[in-house]
Amino acid sequence: MGFEIAKESYAGSIKEISIGKGKKAVKVGGETSYPFYLFEGEMPNKPKVAMEIWDIKPEDWPESATAPFKDVLGDPAAWAKKCVKDYGADMIVLQLKSIDPNGNNAGPADAVATVKKVAAAIDVPLIIWGSANVEKDAEVFKKIAEDCQDLTLTMGPVEEKNHKTIGAAAMGYGHLVISSSPIDVNLAKQVNILLENLGMPMDRVLVDPTTGGLGYGLEYTYSVMERLRMAAMAQGDDKLQFPMVNNLGNEVWKSKEAKLTADEAPTLGDPERRGILMEAVGAVSYLMSGSDVLFMRHPEAVRMVRSFIDKLAD
Amino acid sequence: MALTGIQIFKLLPQTNCKECGSPTCLAFAMNLASGKAELDSCPYVSDEAREKLAEASAPPIRPVKLGKGVRACVAGGETVMYRHEKTFYSPTVLAACINGDIKKKDLESKLKAWNAIQYERVGLNLRPEMVAIKDTGDAKAFAETAKTVAETSEFNVILMTENPDTMKAGVDACGSKRPLLYGATADNIDAMGKLAVDAGLPLGVKADSIDALTGLTQKLTGMGLKDIVMDPGSREPKKSLEDMVAIRRAALKAGNKALGFPTIAFPCEMASNPEVETMIAAMHIAKYGSIVVLSDFVGETVFPLLLERLNIFTDPQRPMTVTEGIYEIGNPDENSPVLVTTNFALTYFIVSGEIENSKVPSWLLIKDSEGLSVLTAWAAGKFAGDDVGAFVKKCGIMDKVKHTELIIPGYAAAIAGEIEEELPGWTITVGPREAPHIPGFLKARK
Ligand code: B12
Ligand code: SF4
Repeated sequence: MGFEIAKESYAGSIKEISIGKGKKAVKVGGETSYPFYLFEGEMPNKPKVAMEIWDIKPEDWPESATAPFKDVLGDPAAWAKKCVKDYGADMIVLQLKSIDPNGNNAGPADAVATVKKVAAAIDVPLIIWGSANVEKDAEVFKKIAEDCQDLTLTMGPVEEKNHKTIGAAAMGYGHLVISSSPIDVNLAKQVNILLENLGMPMDRVLVDPTTGGLGYGLEYTYSVMERLRMAAMAQGDDKLQFPMVNNLGNEVWKSKEAKLTADEAPTLGDPERRGILMEAVGAVSYLMSGSDVLFMRHPEAVRMVRSFIDKLAD
Repeated sequence: MALTGIQIFKLLPQTNCKECGSPTCLAFAMNLASGKAELDSCPYVSDEAREKLAEASAPPIRPVKLGKGVRACVAGGETVMYRHEKTFYSPTVLAACINGDIKKKDLESKLKAWNAIQYERVGLNLRPEMVAIKDTGDAKAFAETAKTVAETSEFNVILMTENPDTMKAGVDACGSKRPLLYGATADNIDAMGKLAVDAGLPLGVKADSIDALTGLTQKLTGMGLKDIVMDPGSREPKKSLEDMVAIRRAALKAGNKALGFPTIAFPCEMASNPEVETMIAAMHIAKYGSIVVLSDFVGETVFPLLLERLNIFTDPQRPMTVTEGIYEIGNPDENSPVLVTTNFALTYFIVSGEIENSKVPSWLLIKDSEGLSVLTAWAAGKFAGDDVGAFVKKCGIMDKVKHTELIIPGYAAAIAGEIEEELPGWTITVGPREAPHIPGFLKARK
């Protein structure tokens, strides 16, 4: 008798979620096996990359990360457009850095204006990422949800402490939410249940497990993602069967090693390619543990990772 | 598969002589089964029984030792599918290729460049370990290159040839450094198997399917070879992933002894450029490649892979920590600044590295926070103001400095007030949030 692979028996699958609206809406999730285990299940939607743009001009990016966007930094609408037109982004994630109370502390009205401008410049789904300050995000997202009713945005992170405000606003105005918790299976489940109890339609929820950077906590995120997938699929826990997102570019590019110049670190190789490869290797790790949407920064890393996804999924 | 106490009992002499320290053979068998006794305590077990027991208690994936010296390593020995189930034990071995007929001068400069690829991080030295020497049809050059690599560098060697004579020349050249012989195929298995058994060296075996691989490893085991490394022959990433998962499951879940060996994967043969190769290597570090062979080592591709490997192979049950206490950086004196942080190894090494960069001699206090980073520890109540204050009092720093100022991490700003209450008369200064700003911060204070 020939060799036969010991197959996993799955008790559940990941929900298929549609992000955005209209012709350019993007479907994610729907897996019936562990990531890329296509010998025993399906991945009807390949994992997607959402290209990251900031609402302010980034001050601490290394040159290799700013170079591709030189002409558009500080102009989020032009930046978003460039990502879609030049780099074929499937989705855009707008990082609302300006609202951070420890930083510029911009108000909800400014955020709304930026969101509207960016949305008008692109035809792909728009994800809005907050400051991770629970009160401030609640205040800002509430306003965005109301003022941008027809945009079908995806908003996160939504945590236990602000799920009511943001959840209610998202529910009422047709947006999606990204349910977020700090690297913990039970907490992830808890936030999802809270959202469900609130009445949030569960076909408008994605999960953020909290992302650690490569060499800066990746192992914790990697394992919790595997555990979330096992709970969802092997144990069939329907409170955890959601597509997962990783805010990766932001974590990788803030690390010291992604920023060092060739003079400062001669043995770390070409500084530009180093950052790109750190982002790509981080992305591969998270793809292997179940990422459905990667928030990424460098166009070259984005291109590489998409081609890698094709290699594994086609 | 482990044996039960009763199964073990049947293999024992059953004389109840008590020499093992147990009152009866059955009691001894039960202790063995639960890991409370060692088989060697019974002087009377037959060789046959010993073999059966050893076989039954052998790890499901054999740990295979590779190489000698500072870069010696182990492949295999894994016991779980997912790192959170216990831990992964043997970090994926990284290798890069060199042609057997490389010019001596090129080889020298290559080895020199590759040797520079090592990085200090969390108290460890991260570096690749092996060089795969490829047969280009010239046995003499092949052996010569193997000898140079083995004798002039720390790298250990994979001898890559399917020609038994060439392999023999390679073994003669560097056998004492315990190279991996790669490899055996259906065509040369008798000669390669014999060579490996005679030389006592690990042998890589390549087939064009897992099924065929099974037959070959069984044959090698039959010849008395124990240290085997398997290549299922897949050279396409999707298939390679499938094969690696299938092999790991076969060994761990189905108890398939014929597949209970480490694996070797060849991203260098699956891609036409270093970027794609690196991503395939990253996939196999996560998913079950025991050895991963690249075409080259360059800083920008190897460094991310080493970081990933460090992360994936860290024991999830024990965060890496450093000991609580006072750390002197650059000969501090009684006026030098005092900083405090947690005992998470990553945090400590990042922060101490930046203090060193500042060239400002300093005292760094490490408070036990159960191996959690600053924000995590603070959120978990392991880096609270009163604790930190109490720690500063009792750690002895007050006898070493004349001033009364404590610098705390920017992310821990919220505990400043509580520390002040605990340390009356002290000034609590909130430092920068991110470590790279520490040098500027310390220098600006002078
Ligand atoms: C990995 C991780 C974990 C791991 C633990 C890792 C570890 N060993 O610490 C696990 C999964 C166990 C974990 C658990 C929890 N976590 Co956690 N975790 C993270 C994560 C992803 C990375 C942390 C990390 O390793 N950072 C790297 C280290 C090096 O950073 P650091 O120690 O802060 O050091 C830096 C600076 O502080 C500075 N610095 C350090 N020391 C000093 C000293 C001085 C003097 C100065 C000037 C500077 C300085 O330099 C360093 C480099 O720049 C972060 C989110 C993120 N992306 O950052 C969340 C995060 C820290 N976790 C969080 C939480 C809430 C938790 C939990 C409480 C969740 C829960 N309720 O269970 C638990 C608590 C743990 C417990 N109960 O046991 C929150 C904290 C939120 C907050 N501000 O309160 C975060 C921010 C995630 C989030 N956004 O919600 N977590
Ligand atoms: S020493 Fe061996 S034979 Fe004697 S009691 Fe123990 S197990 Fe039995």
